Amino acid sequence: MSLFAKKLLGVSLALAVLGVLIGLYVAAWATSSPPTIAASTAPASSGGDKLTLMTVASIGPKYSPTHPNWVSYLVRQNGKWIHSTNFSVPANSVIHVTIYQYDSPTGLRNPFLSQVQGTIGGTMAVDGKTVDAINPEETSHTWVVPQLGLFIPLPGVPEEAKNACEYAPCEGAAHRTVEFSFYSGKKGHYRWQCFVPCAAGFWNGLGGPMQTLGYMDGFLNVV
Amino acid sequence: MSSEPAAAPREGSGEPNHALRFTVIWAIGTLIALPIVIWVIGPLIGPGNGSEQASGQGTDFTVLAALATPVLTLVLLYLVYAVIFFRQPKGGVLEGPAVRGHARVQTAWIVVTSLMVLSVAVFGTVRLEADNGAGSGSGPNPLTVPKGPKLPVQVIAQQWLFTYRYPTYGGVETTELVLPNEQMVEFHVTSLDVVHDFWAYKLGVKADANPGVDNVAFVKPTKLESFTVRCAELCGIWHGYMYNAGRVVTPAAFETWIHEQQKRLAPATKVLPKYGKTYIPEPSKRAEPE
Repeated sequence: MSLFAKKLLGVSLALAVLGVLIGLYVAAWATSSPPTIAASTAPASSGGDKLTLMTVASIGPKYSPTHPNWVSYLVRQNGKWIHSTNFSVPANSVIHVTIYQYDSPTGLRNPFLSQVQGTIGGTMAVDGKTVDAINPEETSHTWVVPQLGLFIPLPGVPEEAKNACEYAPCEGAAHRTVEFSFYSGKKGHYRWQCFVPCAAGFWNGLGGPMQTLGYMDGFLNVV
Repeated sequence: MSSEPAAAPREGSGEPNHALRFTVIWAIGTLIALPIVIWVIGPLIGPGNGSEQASGQGTDFTVLAALATPVLTLVLLYLVYAVIFFRQPKGGVLEGPAVRGHARVQTAWIVVTSLMVLSVAVFGTVRLEADNGAGSGSGPNPLTVPKGPKLPVQVIAQQWLFTYRYPTYGGVETTELVLPNEQMVEFHVTSLDVVHDFWAYKLGVKADANPGVDNVAFVKPTKLESFTVRCAELCGIWHGYMYNAGRVVTPAAFETWIHEQQKRLAPATKVLPKYGKTYIPEPSKRAEPE
């Protein structure tokens, strides 16, 4: 084999290896996703399944070293808070959801989303009080699954609250508790998202955590 | 071995009159292809007959396909003809005849193609205003406005959801688009954040949703059916999920449905801003200062 042929072969092999590595990196990036957390069985008294979520103003370095200041959801599994926005619930079941909301109000761009929709009874409980809507300007986040017609506005913790949470997990800090139940219906892969422009420091509050899986949006897998 | 080009017609050489023969073949091919394009392929092109505008678009596509048929037939048949009759004869590679200018052919080519392109341009421009805008977004001041009663429906886009507001029914806003059959609908399309695009394919309506802009489109549904509304402008991470369902129902069913929505969505309607052609929401408290 001539020297030129050897060089050509070497360069070709190096390019091929580089191409494969780039391909693997892109594939790994494109397919990476937070873990899917399954709903737990609810107490026999209520029946169905239970999903417990938390919203925080800053996820903190413990859960997200790369974006510690981003607003985010968390989900509870076996008593521990997990940084994920992918959930699974059984089909054709009643799902009881509790959301502990630790963030302050931002306000809705579209006040229409301040009404509760898609829950059993068309209502939710905020700190134990049953409501069918909240003040749009006091909304901190929403938990909305458009394809299921499920619209849940989450009221914010008053700005003047003394023990506001700095970083997740926020247990013990000032919060609002939102509870509701919905019927999961048929199997499917549904996206959910927050409709409040709550991404601090981004244009109109719409970038960063609003556009990144694992923070203010994710999937609800009905299985 | 001959020194003359193989395909060059020569007087007394027995070469057929290719021009005449191919013209006849082309004419026959076009006569066969045209009815197939008009009556078989045309109805399959879409978007269907869900509205006057959709039917008009289907007609336009069929007309354009029919106009293109003779050209396509010419190209394909000539390709086949050349492969069969202008093949390189066995026995060696021969130089073809020199290609020189032919003023008559060149002039005809330029005139014919120019006429075809200009005709299609005129046809397309005229048809853009047919059926009251052909189902497209015509901006805040459409050139043609249909006469008679119209149902105004506002399409509000935001990342990543379409909602629909019915100003003549107390300004109620819904997540489902329901329209009465055989009723001219006047869509007012706008956005609360970035550029989206309201596209109900089956109805033949498509209009950009720009923040601060009232983009008007007219459509008259003519068929009781379900349809899907999609965003047709790449608008962020959930663009692919920005779709929802719509229905065309009888006028009576529409009245029943809209009154149910007014009742069910009263809490939200109470806090909605007064109906306007556009909405400029307050900058978010979280947004970067501009």
